Amino acid sequence: MRVTVHVLPKDGILDPQGQAVESSLRHLGFAVAAARVGRLVDLDVDAETPEQARAEAERMCEQLLANPLIERYEIEVAAA
Amino acid sequence: MSHGRPAIAVVVFPGSNDDRDAAWALGAVGADPVLVWHAEEQLPRDVRAVVLPGGFSYGDYLRCGAIARFAPVMRAVAEFADAGGPVLGICNGFQVLCEAGLLPGVLRPNKSLSFICRDVAVRVERARAPFTSRCIEGQRLVIPIKHGEGAWYAPPGLVEELEARGQIPLRYDGADPNGAIAGVAGITNEAGNVLGLMPHPEHAIDPLLGSGDGALLLASLVDAAREREPALV
Repeated sequence: MRVTVHVLPKDGILDPQGQAVESSLRHLGFAVAAARVGRLVDLDVDAETPEQARAEAERMCEQLLANPLIERYEIEVAAA
Repeated sequence: MSHGRPAIAVVVFPGSNDDRDAAWALGAVGADPVLVWHAEEQLPRDVRAVVLPGGFSYGDYLRCGAIARFAPVMRAVAEFADAGGPVLGICNGFQVLCEAGLLPGVLRPNKSLSFICRDVAVRVERARAPFTSRCIEGQRLVIPIKHGEGAWYAPPGLVEELEARGQIPLRYDGADPNGAIAGVAGITNEAGNVLGLMPHPEHAIDPLLGSGDGALLLASLVDAAREREPALV
């Protein structure tokens, strides 16, 4: 089952990478108010149901994919 | 029991690059350094302290230090630390110890986003075994840093707790170079036997090469190792 995990710096956590991207976009003339840079993890999870796949991804985030001190995550399970 | 040249393990991860410098420096201040490959499941029996060196273990994939914590040797290092054995993580070693949960907080990208490579001044806040016993409190040490992700971070409440428990033995003197919370250059666990620090003491052990101040930290560790019984894990 296709699961996509987005990991982003938590709100309020300084994101120098996002700031650099934001100012570069402004240099190009884009009207960007804010940019945050995170990472995307694309997974093919062996699961019976979307709920099970989501629960598995949740545990992956807690144990490895995100550092809860500084990062938040969003999980998307593709419709079968 | 006192030992002439105590064995100190220097763990080598794929991507470590300060392992040999650390081993050389430990040898120069009186230890018998032993390089231990990350795939080993046990530390050599006579090891009395462990150093996790700087570098880019596992290519800094995912987050720096995040993958190294799964190396087989890390279980033995955690057991050694639980048993009170002194464990020093330098730079990437510090990042690994945070990700492994052996130290509080996490290292984030430098505020400037630049890789910083220069001498910095750090202030000794606590002078005690096993890492700063050769220093005096308030002493200013000049030691180089060289990192892209050295801004130590912990949530506000935690920082005050660590401070109250004396777990911040080393701070940047003056402006912090990287955006570390509370100017933290080094932090210990609650028991005080695990230290992570961003500056590289192994690159500051000879005044002819800029500074000999790092030798004080490594010699403190060697003193502590000399007093310790060998590892049983």
